[in-house]
Amino acid sequence: MTLLRIDDLAISFGGITALAGIDLQVEEGEIIAVIGPNGSGKTTLLNCISGVYKPDRGEIFLNGESLLGLSPDFISHCGIARTFQNLRLFLHTTVLDNLLLGRHIKFRKNPIHALLRMRKEELRHREMVEEIIDFLDLQAFRKARVIDCPFGIQKKVELGRALGLEPKLLLLDEPVSGLTMEEKEESAYRIGEIRGRFHATILLVEHDLRIASRLADRMVAFNYGQKIAEGSPEQVQKNPEVIRAYLGEE
Amino acid sequence: MDLIESYREELRLIRKPWTGFWVGMIFFAVILLPWFSPEYYAYIATLIFIYSIGVQGQNLLIGYTGQISFGQAGFLAIGAFTFGHLSRLGSPILINLLCAGSAAGLFGLLVGFPSLRLKGPYLAIATLGFGITVYQILANSEILSGGRMGLSVPKLTPFLGLTKSMSIYYFNFFLFLFFTLFSYNLVSSYIGRAFIAIRDNDIAAEVTGVNLARYKLLSFAISSFYTGIQGGLYALLMGYLEPNMFTFMEAITLFVAVIIGGLASVEGSIFGAAFVILIPQIFSGYKELVPVIFGVTIIIVLIFEPLGLFGRWMKMRLYLRNWPFR
Repeated sequence: MTLLRIDDLAISFGGITALAGIDLQVEEGEIIAVIGPNGSGKTTLLNCISGVYKPDRGEIFLNGESLLGLSPDFISHCGIARTFQNLRLFLHTTVLDNLLLGRHIKFRKNPIHALLRMRKEELRHREMVEEIIDFLDLQAFRKARVIDCPFGIQKKVELGRALGLEPKLLLLDEPVSGLTMEEKEESAYRIGEIRGRFHATILLVEHDLRIASRLADRMVAFNYGQKIAEGSPEQVQKNPEVIRAYLGEE
Repeated sequence: MDLIESYREELRLIRKPWTGFWVGMIFFAVILLPWFSPEYYAYIATLIFIYSIGVQGQNLLIGYTGQISFGQAGFLAIGAFTFGHLSRLGSPILINLLCAGSAAGLFGLLVGFPSLRLKGPYLAIATLGFGITVYQILANSEILSGGRMGLSVPKLTPFLGLTKSMSIYYFNFFLFLFFTLFSYNLVSSYIGRAFIAIRDNDIAAEVTGVNLARYKLLSFAISSFYTGIQGGLYALLMGYLEPNMFTFMEAITLFVAVIIGGLASVEGSIFGAAFVILIPQIFSGYKELVPVIFGVTIIIVLIFEPLGLFGRWMKMRLYLRNWPFR
């Protein structure tokens, strides 16, 4: 079943066309990787899906419902969570608070409970948060401020925050960039696990082709805001257009 | 003992027995203060209680939500004059206070709207405009401000057989306690977390499902509610009101209290309130120096202790806990 359908999506900033009519379908339960050289519109695509940018033209459907024109917080209620390329964490709070913020949309909100310190909801969600902490191996950093944590941990916290939303569609923007070899392997393994454990469909943008092709069921290549190839990772990597985009003309 | 065995235990306001002991001691000291000290000290303490409420409100907005507002004097005036006029009509004090807070909160909501579009200094300018507008309206409207003689407000009638100054002391202390507990509960709840999320990264907050408009407006409303309460209590204490009590300087004082006390901390708000009340009292012979002291202290705080008096206090506690090791 098609989870996400994108029709003829286009957006430009001033004179620069970031996306020039993209069509894309994401099936439920798959991991799809988007690759492409710098500035080819990969992150812009994620920004459009999550509502941070408003596209000029085109349509985005999640389970047949249009997401166009909805605000990011509304889209997150629809079941889309994401991480950012340059981490966007709540730096001055603890890892625990960051993960609890990921549960924000699941809270039954009652201001009276907040003011009178009735914390039943909090305890309920704490269980899910602990599950995420277990899954991501963050136990030691539970009470640490995010700003004091090393980069690899911060990256995990952001993934954890997105998982807290229990998303149907998880958008990962370069989940392994900037990590050490060891951490990359670990993250790649975890991303594979997410599908089974949290039942999320994953759309990931990645530069590390080795890891992207290992993870992805299907791969899409972008260049200058256009889709130049689509198919299995091997097919895409052998595609002459893709090779030209990455290595240039002979 | 530091061992925490359940999530419930972790969410308690006072987690360790020793903290409970110290808080209890301070509580009793404050309760006993007016019996053993000169009336003047009790009066200063009352002022600190009243200011603490407003500073906590301002801290919720600046320290937790990260929205700068210089319109606080306006909310203060709205709260004070609402309280004043209602008291003159003879309605009960607690209802008046609630109305004072709500009126200020309502205007806070209105002033909050620019915050949906404006950030940083631009928001500061917009709110500054509000504060000055309120002052000008009051200064030019005799019906609202009570004319040249000011608006006289009936004072608190002594209760439980206490003296006048003691009853006003206890009345303000219990309200202060009430609002401080509210602040603690609020900042540790989902609402406080949403505020912090907006301060630290608004785009990420939105993507995680925090409705920016709702929580920014809520923050403005709650903050100005607190300030309105401060205004009401101030009116009750002073017994008369005039527009000149709510000039731009008052907004600056609240701002200074937040910065010096410590951003995003409830204890810090209390320290900050104590600072801005005590400094003019200590230097009462050199009134013109007070703004200079405020300014210099802010610079020192920003350079050496960005967390303000609260940060200093934390470090002292850490030092004492680890003593004699360091």
